[in-house]
Amino acid sequence: MTVLLYLVPAALSLGLLGLGAFLWSLRSGQYEDLDGAAVRVLSDDDLVGYDETGAPGSKVTAGEARRR
Amino acid sequence: MQMAFAIDGIDCAACIDEIEDAAEREPGVSLARLNYTTHRLTVDWAAGTAPGPAGVIATLARSGYRAYPFEADRLEAIEHATSRHLLRCLAVAGFAAMNIMLLSVSVWSGNVSDITPETRDLFHWLSALIALPAAAYAGQPFFQSAVRALRTGTLNMDVPITLGVVLALGVSVFETVNHAEHAYFDSAVMLLFFLLTGRYLDHAMRRRTRAEAGNLAALRASSANRVGIDGQVVTVPAAAVKAGDEVMVRAGERVPVDGLVLSGSGAVDESLVTGETLPRPVAGGESVHAGGLVHDGVLRVRATAVGEDTFLQEIERLLDRASTARGRYVRLADRAARLYAPMVHTAAALSLVGWLIAGASLHQAVLIAVAVLIITCPCALALAVPAVQVVAAGAMMRRGVLLHSGDALERLAEADSVAFDKTGTLTLPEPAVANSEAVPAELMQAAARLALASTHPLARAIAAAVPGAVPAGQVREVTGAGVEGTIDGVPARLGSPAFCDCAALAAAAAPDASLVAVRLGARCAVIEIRQALRPDALAVLDELRRQGRHIVILSGDRAEAVAPVAEALHVEDWWAQARPAEKIAVLESLEATGRNVLMVGDGINDAPSLAAAHVSISPITAADVARAQADAVFLGDRLAPVPAALAIAVRARRLMRQNLVIAVAYNVVAVPLAIGGFVTPLIAALAMSGSSILVTLNALRARGGAEAADVVAAAEADASAGASASASAFATKGAS
Repeated sequence: MTVLLYLVPAALSLGLLGLGAFLWSLRSGQYEDLDGAAVRVLSDDDLVGYDETGAPGSKVTAGEARRR
Repeated sequence: MQMAFAIDGIDCAACIDEIEDAAEREPGVSLARLNYTTHRLTVDWAAGTAPGPAGVIATLARSGYRAYPFEADRLEAIEHATSRHLLRCLAVAGFAAMNIMLLSVSVWSGNVSDITPETRDLFHWLSALIALPAAAYAGQPFFQSAVRALRTGTLNMDVPITLGVVLALGVSVFETVNHAEHAYFDSAVMLLFFLLTGRYLDHAMRRRTRAEAGNLAALRASSANRVGIDGQVVTVPAAAVKAGDEVMVRAGERVPVDGLVLSGSGAVDESLVTGETLPRPVAGGESVHAGGLVHDGVLRVRATAVGEDTFLQEIERLLDRASTARGRYVRLADRAARLYAPMVHTAAALSLVGWLIAGASLHQAVLIAVAVLIITCPCALALAVPAVQVVAAGAMMRRGVLLHSGDALERLAEADSVAFDKTGTLTLPEPAVANSEAVPAELMQAAARLALASTHPLARAIAAAVPGAVPAGQVREVTGAGVEGTIDGVPARLGSPAFCDCAALAAAAAPDASLVAVRLGARCAVIEIRQALRPDALAVLDELRRQGRHIVILSGDRAEAVAPVAEALHVEDWWAQARPAEKIAVLESLEATGRNVLMVGDGINDAPSLAAAHVSISPITAADVARAQADAVFLGDRLAPVPAALAIAVRARRLMRQNLVIAVAYNVVAVPLAIGGFVTPLIAALAMSGSSILVTLNALRARGGAEAADVVAAAEADASAGASASASAFATKGAS
């Protein structure tokens, strides 16, 4: 039963880690626009920093990337 | 420097990029971020640059979106904070419930096999260590509300919840100290978790509604051109105009205030105010109402004192009366809760007393009473209605209907009659050319080319009838008469029949249309402009009739204008020239015969009847007062959202009732077991989460399903076929 001495604290700290992560994401405003997050996946914003070929090239801003 | 805008016209995912992109192109803008949920744009200006909200608004207008500066009010900020607090409580309760459950399952399985009392005690103490602080934090929303209720000497749902949680924790600690086999830590925390879920859903629904209402309020802010003492014209918010101020209203603008015309003359389209479709000619000394659209000429209006007899004053009086009458509606959940709280307390108290009388020890009797309190705690009941509301509101939003309140859903489901306003509701809000086939193509083309040079509302309708027309050169506007210019070297005129020398032709035209004449050289034609029926009006009304709903038309317009519409749509019961009070009287007489009426209207004159009706819907183009009174707003040119909303509401109500039945059925099974003393923590946990999950899954069915989608699809399919048929039928009726 000594294994409990490791397992119970491990389970609890993992749970606390999850709770902490949630509270952090809540504080940083990630739940403000859930609908928007769902559709932003479809936009090309994540190509920021790369040119059309997709290879690491000259850095461009988010706005410029979108305009391309 | 940061500023928020409410954006109108967002309907797709691609809009996000387009709007942010457009705003970021503005000089000085460092970041633009659109919130797709609330349709609000937040713009950051780089430090050191002067922020130019006007520039952003203009840029977005060019892209086809209307933007309005927006300031979140205090109430909204409070709602926002509450909602975050609830979410934090929910997270803590969820964390605690899961970890305690882990320990509890070990204890339960250990109890039937080989757990040692020392290990069990350790697990119980660990559970207590997690549960007590977690419950103290996550239970705050309930504890505070319960204390408030008790202080005022009333009982609400939170009192049994608080009592249940506190007693369960207390008894569990007592049992743990005495090395007992069972503890209720998991039940207490899980209880909080499910209740918080329900509370959060309810809150999310109301918050979304409030955000929507905030946007609508921003859209409402109109401006006025105030004439100063020195004759200078200053644009100010309409609300800043005081009685006695002089304002100038140009063609194509809406009159911002009630007032007397000082000078100038012109036709005022008051369809939004009275429902009357034809423009009313006004001259000096006559009164105009706020909301009227000036067709030609420039009016100088003296804002009148807010007297007892102004039109808006009358509307407000009627509104006050109508909305207090409706405030009595009791929501399904509240009705259930009202019965529930006393029953729970009585059941727990009776089982305590009963077991004591039966000879059980105090310890045993208290344990059983706590089990009753835990098992009856209204988890499923708390989730039953809000879960359905949130899912149904989402389904409606996808079909272009924005709900203003949760109980609107229930009232919408009860509607068995529909009263439509005519102007702007059955018909499109913007006038359109009605006889484009009868006018020679060449003249129509010429009319459109001239019309492009004018801001006159009728001219805009003509321009819209001929897509791709090129503006004519050298066009001169003749105030109060029309425009003239040359087209391919031929002199051309567009305007009143007299201005174009064809008054004789105009005399033969339909009596309920606005007439614009066009002259090209020696040829002349009269264009009839009238408000066209919404494209799917006939299909939607047929669908509503098929569902057995009674349909009436309540219009402020003249009988000659209402009759052809009623005939084209096969409506037998219609009222014309109905004043706001008369509309309410008709609604009341319908309600007196046991009907629940859904009112669909858009004008200022409809606002009191929208408030008085059992439930109401407005198009998004409606007057502010009307939109504020309506329970829901629909987008787009079609009427199809109305039957879709009804279908979703009916389905949602059925699911709410099913959910309440599930919650009650669970209690019917579980409470006798608890009173009988058979409930171990394991059974309580299983029963509680089982019923809550069942209710939530059932609520997801409100997402739409075949039934609601069919109505819309059918209406859409009929629309293309029905539109031309009903429109032409209407046109011929009107002409005869």
